[in-house]
Amino acid sequence: MSSSVGAQGAPIKSTGLHIGEPAPGVKKVDPIIVADGITRQFGGLMAVDVEHLEIPRGAITALIGPNGAGKTTLFNLLTGFDKPDSGTWTFDGESISGVPAFRVARKGQVRTFQLTKALGLLTVLDNMKLGAKGQSGESLSRAVFPWFWKKEEEAIEARAMELLARFKLDAKKDDYAASLSGGQRKLLEMARALMSEPTLVMLDEPMAGVNPALTQSLLDHILNLKIEGMTVLFVEHDMHMVRHIADWVVVMAEGKVVAEGDPHEVMANPAVIDAYLGSHHDQDLGDLDTAVVEAIKELADDDADDKQ
Amino acid sequence: MANAASRPRARRAPRVIAGLFASALAALSLSMASPAMADEVALDEYDFRIFGIVELADEPIEDVRLVITGNGYEVDVETDAEGRWAVGVPEKGDYDVTLDEDTLPEGIAVIDEEDETPNVREVTVGQSGSTVANFFIGQGERNTTSYLDQVLDRIFNGLNFGLLLALAAIGLSLIFGTTGLSNFAHAELVTFGGLMTLLFGVFLDVPIWLAIPIALVLSAGFGWLNDAALWKPLRKKGVGLIPLMIVSIGLSLAVRYVFQYFIGGGTSQLPGATGSGGSIGFFGLTWIDVGSMALSVVVLVGVAYFLLRTRIGKATRAVSDNPALAAASGIDVDRVIRIVWVMSGALAGLSGILWAYFRPGVSWDMGFQILLLTFAAVTLGGLGTAFGALVGSLVVGMFVEVSTLWIPSDMKYVGALVILIIVLLIRPQGILGRKERIG
Amino acid sequence: MIDWLLLLSNAAQEIISPTTAAYALAALGLAIHFGFTGLLNFGQAGFMALGAYGFAIATLTFGLPVWGAILFGIAASIVFALILGVPTLRLRADYLAIVTIAAAEILRLLLTTNQFEPVTGSANGLQGYKGGFAALNPIPDGQYGFGPWVYNAYDWWVRLFGWTLVVLAALITWRLMKSPWGRVIKGIREDEDAVRALGKNVYFYKMQSLVIGGVFGSLAGMIFILPRAVVPSNYQTSLTFFIYAILLLGGAATVLGPIVGSVIFWVLLSFFSGFVARAVEAGWLPFMSSVQAGQLRFILVGAAIMLIVIYRPQGIFGNKKELAFVK
Repeated sequence: MSSSVGAQGAPIKSTGLHIGEPAPGVKKVDPIIVADGITRQFGGLMAVDVEHLEIPRGAITALIGPNGAGKTTLFNLLTGFDKPDSGTWTFDGESISGVPAFRVARKGQVRTFQLTKALGLLTVLDNMKLGAKGQSGESLSRAVFPWFWKKEEEAIEARAMELLARFKLDAKKDDYAASLSGGQRKLLEMARALMSEPTLVMLDEPMAGVNPALTQSLLDHILNLKIEGMTVLFVEHDMHMVRHIADWVVVMAEGKVVAEGDPHEVMANPAVIDAYLGSHHDQDLGDLDTAVVEAIKELADDDADDKQ
Repeated sequence: MANAASRPRARRAPRVIAGLFASALAALSLSMASPAMADEVALDEYDFRIFGIVELADEPIEDVRLVITGNGYEVDVETDAEGRWAVGVPEKGDYDVTLDEDTLPEGIAVIDEEDETPNVREVTVGQSGSTVANFFIGQGERNTTSYLDQVLDRIFNGLNFGLLLALAAIGLSLIFGTTGLSNFAHAELVTFGGLMTLLFGVFLDVPIWLAIPIALVLSAGFGWLNDAALWKPLRKKGVGLIPLMIVSIGLSLAVRYVFQYFIGGGTSQLPGATGSGGSIGFFGLTWIDVGSMALSVVVLVGVAYFLLRTRIGKATRAVSDNPALAAASGIDVDRVIRIVWVMSGALAGLSGILWAYFRPGVSWDMGFQILLLTFAAVTLGGLGTAFGALVGSLVVGMFVEVSTLWIPSDMKYVGALVILIIVLLIRPQGILGRKERIG
Repeated sequence: MIDWLLLLSNAAQEIISPTTAAYALAALGLAIHFGFTGLLNFGQAGFMALGAYGFAIATLTFGLPVWGAILFGIAASIVFALILGVPTLRLRADYLAIVTIAAAEILRLLLTTNQFEPVTGSANGLQGYKGGFAALNPIPDGQYGFGPWVYNAYDWWVRLFGWTLVVLAALITWRLMKSPWGRVIKGIREDEDAVRALGKNVYFYKMQSLVIGGVFGSLAGMIFILPRAVVPSNYQTSLTFFIYAILLLGGAATVLGPIVGSVIFWVLLSFFSGFVARAVEAGWLPFMSSVQAGQLRFILVGAAIMLIVIYRPQGIFGNKKELAFVK
């Protein structure tokens, strides 16, 4: 873990990711995802309308924006969980538009969900084993004959235990996932995703509902993914976290990408502030306002801290 | 009975195909059993029997089809060269014996001045273990109608059936929309309406114009009771939707047989249900048909007004749309659900009463007979949308009735269910459903 | 007076009766669908009808030998599973429920209609298909057994065949559910999107599950008709509901549950029906006719389904923690 942390206790940021001025749709030096003209409507409402977007390889990219900005919808579209009205996108130079979700996952682009999907009535260990790719015991014709897959299963279990130990869940390996706390489930979901040895990990609000005591360890785990050579794209509301670990930030509002760039610069961008303040006018829920105000305050506080 | 003229031709094709099929197979196999329709059915299997003889002026009539139903059992039989038939039945009790007039020779009919449906007889298998069911056969007039008239006749029937189905379907759909429950016991709400009308209108001799409102009030109360006694506590307990659905299956089974426990397996008629004098001289429609359709339309318009214009109706739609958001915006979700149950109970009860006049007759499983069609209607229209349920019901009702012009009437429900599966293939969200993220 | 010995011996006979075996196997198939995969199949009666009619029609109409007739019945159920699964397995769970229940009814209506009477025997059904099966009987003629279980050679043959199939199916299910394949299946029950996100072809697995459970159902249909005739009215929706009652009684996500559930269900039902019928005859229940006594069992089954789901959703054998239901 220490390797991810710089001399002053701050993580080492990746820089020089883009070509030219940072603006919505800016070209990247080495993009892992390139998306063009993606639109998705829900009953007349344009949920996603992204002209061009590139996600840099080997870095941690944050996707931020107010509620209803279309972040999760974009996630669903890129991972094949939803079908867009138009648009094409590539992963690792290979077109994956219209490819079903399970095939996208097999290509090495694995995701987690905003509402954690730990498989409650499977044990923690079974959850992990499920993540491994290409198991011959998962084919019906071989499943009945254990000698075909015993060896493989042992190897998978060893790898699962290793990861569980890293995520400090090894003591719970025989418990049902339903018995874990919210934060532990987030950890389990992330660990399970790693079982498939992905090249791109997409995390949908990894911090939502996580107890503060676990926050730091989650952050470290995410930083570790980058060190191990994976690319990370995550959706988040928590501005501290974005500022702390993201190398690049993409801001969405009303379905569009409104800003892109280095976290500090982006958060000083008036378009971003505007997106956060201006988005709630058409929302009926009164409690949104306070959430937005909180976010803005956090931004201001952080900037104040940084300047000291 | 109105389509004697055209039916035989329509029927011949499948018969011929089936016949070719069978003879080709007979060539393949020496051991093939001769599958001619038996004149004695299930006599070995059951201890109790019903038998009879079909004759015209002491001349036996062969190959007349009779259907015996009751106590959850159904069997059919054809007369032999001596006009005789016999069936075994599983238990003592009341059975309906229906003589299929289409299988009588031309110009012959079952005649009984006293009886409005002379070709249906109710018989009781009692202590002796067997009983006789005979019919009065004579030269009689069965209507033969032109093809166009038949089509129009079917269309009106379909409209009538679709409208009464809609009354049941909208309730089912509203309950699904507001609580997520796929309520299999909705069939029993339908039967309950018919049963209460029978109880007050026939057994207690209350005049029918009073018996129907009483039955509707009781149906509404029954809907409320369903929610208050069972579904609300289960919702509070946090029971999942699939367990709830299975609970509704258990409830449906239990209540249905409670009904049978009290009224038996037979069919009873409501006052005026089989009146022959009620015809208005327009495509075989009776005043009851017209009244039934008018009542359905008025009630459906009322429901539409309620949902679109009243405060509580709008709240209902809001809850259907998004219960959490509705609750957050200050709507009393429990109250809305209670009102939906009361309304669904009354609508289903009315549907049951109209269904009792349409079939005709009240029986313990009358609601269950149309339960699948109701589900089909709701799914066709789009799960959880009230107006979708209306459209779906009209499609199903029309299809069931009109299709009998081309397919045998004992397969008329098949067509509607096949349509359901096909629509799900092409348009999973239903006719009026919103496109959601599916799969 | 009530002959208690007769009641008890009738009930005891149900423990090994072919009907109990048939329901156990059908419930095991449903356990794979509903308990392990989370598929709401309400058309198990249809799968059973296909097994029964497939076997009988293949024997009577096509003149196939026993093994051919069995394969024909299995093939019919596989085709049925594909027809049901292709349009619905991509949709929400409740669509499968509606489509399966509708398809089973379509099937029953098609088997009942007079149109195909030369092949299906319409409402009267089929008989005379047991010759080939009886000819394979290795047991010499005669009466065997002890206590209440005394049967002739054919009856023992049917029981032996039926229960062998049940045991084999249970072994296969047990092996499958302990394998990585079973892990994927159970994962789908919990949350199919999560499993999809891990690169598994959920649709394909659900289809496999539907086919296996359906084949079990069709084999159950074959066992069911060996001691009786094939009659279409046996395959009504309530048959499926009875199987659900058995499954829930034993525990939906267990291998032994459906089997023990079926035994308990039939023993209790036989004893209860017998008792009420005798009690009515003996005049103990003056307010009830013997017909009404016969209906009591359905009321009881319905109430039992409700009570189990509400108060003991894991069934008798299910692990308290491993509730079978998807939330």
